[in-house]
Amino acid sequence: MGAYLARRLMLMILTLFGISIIIFVLLRIMPGNIVDILYDAAGYVNPQEKAKIEAELGLDKPIVVQYFTWISGLAHGDLGFSYVSERPAADEILPRIPVTAKLAGLSLAFAVLIGVPLGVLSAVRQNSAADYALRVLSLSGLSMPSFWLGLLILMAFVSWFGTIPIYTEPPPTWWQELALLSVPAAAVGFRSSALMMRLTRSSMLEVLRQDYIRTARAKGASDASVNYHHAFRNAILPVITVIGMEAAFLMGGLIVTETVFNVPGLARYLVTALTERDYPIVQNLVMFVATTVVLINFLVDMLYAVLDPRIKYARS
Amino acid sequence: MTEIDFSTELMRAGAFAQGRRARLRFLVRRYPLGAAGAVIMALFVFAAIFADFLTVYDPLSTNPAISLAPPSTSHWLGVDPFGRDVYSRIIYGARISLAVGIGATLLGSGLGTMIGLASGYLGGWIDLALQRIMDILQALPLLVLALVMAAALGPSLQNTIAAIAIPLIPYVARVIRSNTLALRELPFVEAAKAVGMSELRIAVRHVLPNTLAPLIVLATAQLGSAILIEASLSFLGLGVPEPYPSWGRMLSQSSAEYVRTAPWLVVFPGIAISLAVFGTNLLGDALRDLLDPRQRS
Repeated sequence: MGAYLARRLMLMILTLFGISIIIFVLLRIMPGNIVDILYDAAGYVNPQEKAKIEAELGLDKPIVVQYFTWISGLAHGDLGFSYVSERPAADEILPRIPVTAKLAGLSLAFAVLIGVPLGVLSAVRQNSAADYALRVLSLSGLSMPSFWLGLLILMAFVSWFGTIPIYTEPPPTWWQELALLSVPAAAVGFRSSALMMRLTRSSMLEVLRQDYIRTARAKGASDASVNYHHAFRNAILPVITVIGMEAAFLMGGLIVTETVFNVPGLARYLVTALTERDYPIVQNLVMFVATTVVLINFLVDMLYAVLDPRIKYARS
Repeated sequence: MTEIDFSTELMRAGAFAQGRRARLRFLVRRYPLGAAGAVIMALFVFAAIFADFLTVYDPLSTNPAISLAPPSTSHWLGVDPFGRDVYSRIIYGARISLAVGIGATLLGSGLGTMIGLASGYLGGWIDLALQRIMDILQALPLLVLALVMAAALGPSLQNTIAAIAIPLIPYVARVIRSNTLALRELPFVEAAKAVGMSELRIAVRHVLPNTLAPLIVLATAQLGSAILIEASLSFLGLGVPEPYPSWGRMLSQSSAEYVRTAPWLVVFPGIAISLAVFGTNLLGDALRDLLDPRQRS
């Protein structure tokens, strides 16, 4: 176990290191930097001034030097400064984390609470009308872009309440915040719930075909007992992996949804920073996302070993 | 070359259908949802190819006089703020969506297959190195990587295709790799070796054709993701640039502010995206059941 953990940790660091190089190179081959964009907006370019600002930001140094400046700063907990707001990048990023984390948590809760029970229902009633309806519903959930679903929800808000929810001011009470955030969370969570449902269904069907289920039925266990006691507890294992992966990958859905609803979170900030060529923000945000993904994957693997005694991570 | 084998599946289902027509009829009856998906996809391909004949208005020509006109008999799906016909833009948008979707899928699956084959068949340090690179690409959500790639490469049709294809590579590479690992141990590979075939020839002529079935299933699923990612990128303003009519960008121009005043700008492009992806998903599910019994749901 110790050797496995050490190996795993090393791979995680290697992956993050790779991400840092890729993101850094991608940002540097991007057409135009922040200075170009500022001057484009002004419509006038004084080459001397432009060079001066580039030197101030360190953009004139060789790319390798720029990379090591960033990485050594990161290792000391120094994320650098935003080019746009000129405030420390940490001060810009940290306050946005709770908003996105709450949104992600709510979306995931929505996805699990709706997707898993419906998936079980669909499997238990395989090939019934309900099963077909649920399968088509889940496929359509996977087909709808979450930003469009978000726009449709906004439309419903306009016709019912004559207004749309506003996210720029944090609401006074926690339950108001919960109600407010659950709107975009539903838009993101619907898609994930469709995925959970499909997975739960196929995992459940797989288990229901096995011999010990027939044994359980033969000894006279009730349908409910077989379905929930014998089958569900085994079928849920692969679903847990997907819940973990979804938790990490929700960021994709959040990017567009935060943009639609104008939620001041991390995901929307990434798009803004990218279009403004705010390198320090983009770099650190991408590293944050990658670290989250890598950590969650690791935690899911560990959880799997705890839940399924057949899996042992001695040497793999 | 090994052909994809429908016959076992058909036999198992009790169909001894002879001839193409009888087989097609059988498949439609056995996979009604898949057949529906195929029809939806065929309609989109038809719209993309014959867009010139299906529309009256030019998708790009502007006319301020009719800006934001609601759906009417002359403009079925309404008019956008620049006075462009929404119906024409959606029909022509099928070209962009399919071009980017199919382009990204082919590029991503092609590169993924090559990497997976090399990784699984050659093994050793090549496998190790390639797997680590795949790990790195998979450590970022699809859309996040595609977003940064699209911004880095700059807005153009080709760059959007590349930005979507690269994040798709590891998903294909992993499946092909594990398939290749299993195939490598089978007697027919050993036989080919005994006859003195070169490694490259065995990999390309014998192992690759046998991974075709899972590849087709995977590629269909990825076509749906690619169309969705293109829509998301264009929605965020980092995808297909003007003047191409892209469904995703039609929504970005008409976002929140038109929710109130011009709902037709919000509803119709979204239906087009959802329907296209729905078609690929239906088709993909049926193909998976047909070609890849191990992954059957």
